[in-house]
Amino acid sequence: MSAEAHTGKEHHGHPRLQHHFESMAQQHEASSLGMWLFLTTEILFFGGLFVAYTLYRWLYYDAFIAASEHQNILLGGINTAVLICSSLTVAMSVYFSQTNRQRALVWMLVITMMLGLAFLGIKAVEYHEHFEHHLVPGDHFQLPGAPHLAAQAQMFYVLYFFMTGLHAFHMVIGLGIYAWLLIRAVKKEFGPEYYSPIEAGGLYWHFVDIVWIFLFPLLYLIGRHQ
Amino acid sequence: MERRHQKHNQELETESARMHHVTPPAIYFGVFAALMALTAVTVAVAYADLGWLSTPIALVIASIKAALVILYFMHVRWSTHLIWVVVIGSFVWLGVLFVLTFSDYLSRGITLA
Amino acid sequence: MTSAVLDTNPGAEPRTTYINKEYGVASWLLTIDHKRIAILYVIAITLMFFVGGLFAVLMRVELLTPQGDLMTSDTYNKMFTLHGIVMIFLFLIPGIPAVLGNFLLPIQIGAKDLAFPKLNLLSWYLYMIGAIGTLVIIMLGGVDTGWTFYTPYSTAYSNSHVVLMTLGAFVIGFSSILTGLNFMVTVHRMRAPGMTWFRMPLFVWALYGTSIIQLLATPVLAITLLLLAAERLLGVGIFDPAIGGDPILYQHLFWFYSHPAVYIMILPAMGVISDVIAAFSRKRVFGYEFVAFSSLGIALLGFLVWAHHMFVAGISVYSAMIFSFLSMFVAVPSAIKIFNWTFTLYRGSVSYHTPMLYALGFLGLFAVGGVTGLFLAALGLDIHVHDTYFIVAHFHYIMVGGTVMAYFAGMHYWWPKMTGRMYPEWWGRLAAMLVFVGFNLAFFPQFLLGYLGMPRRYHVYVPEFQVLNVMSSAGASILGVGYALPLLYFLWSLKYGKKAGANPWGAVGLEWATSSPPPTENFHETPVVTWEAYDYHGFTEAGYTEGSRER
Repeated sequence: MSAEAHTGKEHHGHPRLQHHFESMAQQHEASSLGMWLFLTTEILFFGGLFVAYTLYRWLYYDAFIAASEHQNILLGGINTAVLICSSLTVAMSVYFSQTNRQRALVWMLVITMMLGLAFLGIKAVEYHEHFEHHLVPGDHFQLPGAPHLAAQAQMFYVLYFFMTGLHAFHMVIGLGIYAWLLIRAVKKEFGPEYYSPIEAGGLYWHFVDIVWIFLFPLLYLIGRHQ
Repeated sequence: MERRHQKHNQELETESARMHHVTPPAIYFGVFAALMALTAVTVAVAYADLGWLSTPIALVIASIKAALVILYFMHVRWSTHLIWVVVIGSFVWLGVLFVLTFSDYLSRGITLA
Repeated sequence: MTSAVLDTNPGAEPRTTYINKEYGVASWLLTIDHKRIAILYVIAITLMFFVGGLFAVLMRVELLTPQGDLMTSDTYNKMFTLHGIVMIFLFLIPGIPAVLGNFLLPIQIGAKDLAFPKLNLLSWYLYMIGAIGTLVIIMLGGVDTGWTFYTPYSTAYSNSHVVLMTLGAFVIGFSSILTGLNFMVTVHRMRAPGMTWFRMPLFVWALYGTSIIQLLATPVLAITLLLLAAERLLGVGIFDPAIGGDPILYQHLFWFYSHPAVYIMILPAMGVISDVIAAFSRKRVFGYEFVAFSSLGIALLGFLVWAHHMFVAGISVYSAMIFSFLSMFVAVPSAIKIFNWTFTLYRGSVSYHTPMLYALGFLGLFAVGGVTGLFLAALGLDIHVHDTYFIVAHFHYIMVGGTVMAYFAGMHYWWPKMTGRMYPEWWGRLAAMLVFVGFNLAFFPQFLLGYLGMPRRYHVYVPEFQVLNVMSSAGASILGVGYALPLLYFLWSLKYGKKAGANPWGAVGLEWATSSPPPTENFHETPVVTWEAYDYHGFTEAGYTEGSRER
């Protein structure tokens, strides 16, 4: 029985190697799998809202069309483009950390955050518009053009605010994550042997983008040809 | 037992090589262009009169976009089988939630003649 | 020849274990050692078990008489609600995974810790926020909606602390999700060299199956509770029919989690039973692969049956038929396990130590609970007994006769490993018998009461039902004594119990190859596994020289 081969003394490796892992490879795989499993929970989390949306769209289709007409396609479309751009910068941030391009990495993280802020800014403008047009569910809700569908249209707006609100909340968390990654990247903590936080943060960001990819047609583009 | 450890370490190395796959930026830019194009298609299709097909087509386009993000931006194309199972499993499970819930709502109107 | 490291000098003092490695409150509250976190959990969970039990006691005292003489119906509503919430969210769901799973999973697969030790500590803090929050809510007046929070009562009519409680449940749900995530990554990525999937103890398979459920189901509950809280706070109508919402949607989303949740509660228990029966029959679990795959099967099939809780809620009869059929199907993997455990006993070298007594009790009681579940899967019968005491009896046979018995089996089996002390065996056996007798006396009459028509969640009943109710309350009091005894003698054993060696039961498993209690890093050297799970046949060749069973 050779004791030396596998004692705790092996942990002379990378300074980022945590005590309970054998190797950076194992640590990286654990980090990646862990983030994917977390995203699984997020898929089911948002999924519940999509089930509610599907039910009420099926029940109140005409009201949903009338309500969706008041959505600002331009702003929604711009936001979709903004998020797609940010997914590109996120993907490039992983590439630059894998290829040890520290400054480019930092730039990608900065641009990602700016795009994220732009998204939230545009969303704030939209919410303000909805408020001005009395489209916030509650006592002051009005649906110009189809007042007989107002009660059912409120359901659309409940779901709209809830789904986009939860999405925006996830964006805020994403910004927090990226701020933390940015600080660490500036300190040159990442490189080809250690970039799992960049990758994990990226997975999270891409997921938030995917949610929006579905929200956009479902909330902004219902029955537009009618 | 030394050999067992060597084998184990070798497995970790190949794992490491596989997971550190570096995607060429050209692929990322290609996917980006496709996503932007598909977004434009989504809007265009929304204004076209396609009857009841509008919704399924919109969802198919969105799914293609999501698949591009997942496969390329999120690297799943080059990931382990376990990750594939996790990704596909999540959507399958969401599907279970949808299918069984709507099996109730959609069958309420059925009457036997 | 194995390289498992045996503690060859168990009696020698001093020795650094995870307990004495560092002292001080901060070293416990800021620990990232999975074993210490398990101890933090066991203290909290034990407290919550007795809080939940207190509500049960109050209900059973009220139900001694047909009239509502101890409390008003509103108060009684709070009793069963809080009993359900505390027992389910704060005891049964975290219970075995957070205590026994946390302690043993890494050791059983030869790892130094879970994949994400800090996330593990976060799980505990989330649990504590939920637990303390619940205690605060109880003191503020509680909740009266039933643990199921059905709408629109919970959103539009109840005058109790619904929002706070749903947010508390939300937080506890995250604790559960993070634990499941941690366990899954650990099993996939941190098994010791040679520890293949089919060499793992069945307890680990069971925890893996549980983790799948925790990850897939809990988020749906989380979003549902958020929607419920929003509806109540903001007056928006997602589930309220008066403003266009659908209460059945709430039930679909709620039960999509809550049915799999019952498998979160039973799967780890089954895992414990596998390990205990193998140890006390000194035999490999019969049909190991079948039991392992059944754990996965239960986890997955359990997601397909939820609307059997909604047969009389207004769902379509065709949908009900589908769910009824699927619900019968889900019993199959559980039945497979019962057969396999029974065949493990056959021709085993069986001994009747306390853990085994609980395990044998589990076999009978879980079988009754499971079989009555099949009755309920049948549409016609369920319509007759829905919302009666028949349902209450069914799930208590599973949850208490099943999970709680298994929890006690596991606590007694692994107590020496966790604390380095033996509990007093005869007191353990006495408590196990009291629990078994008390349990049956408490809950069997409830099958009869339900079948005869006594509704659940009522504090009054017709006088014809009094005899059975008194029997049930009498049984509950015996059960209470049976539960109090281990609390007392476990605490006693910490100071006065016989010191335990590395392997007092002569069992097979990596946890028995390290000292009792283990060192912080679990093993002094990473084990390399060359033997099969439950290899009792190759016991001496495997180098387990420890372990004449301590009588």
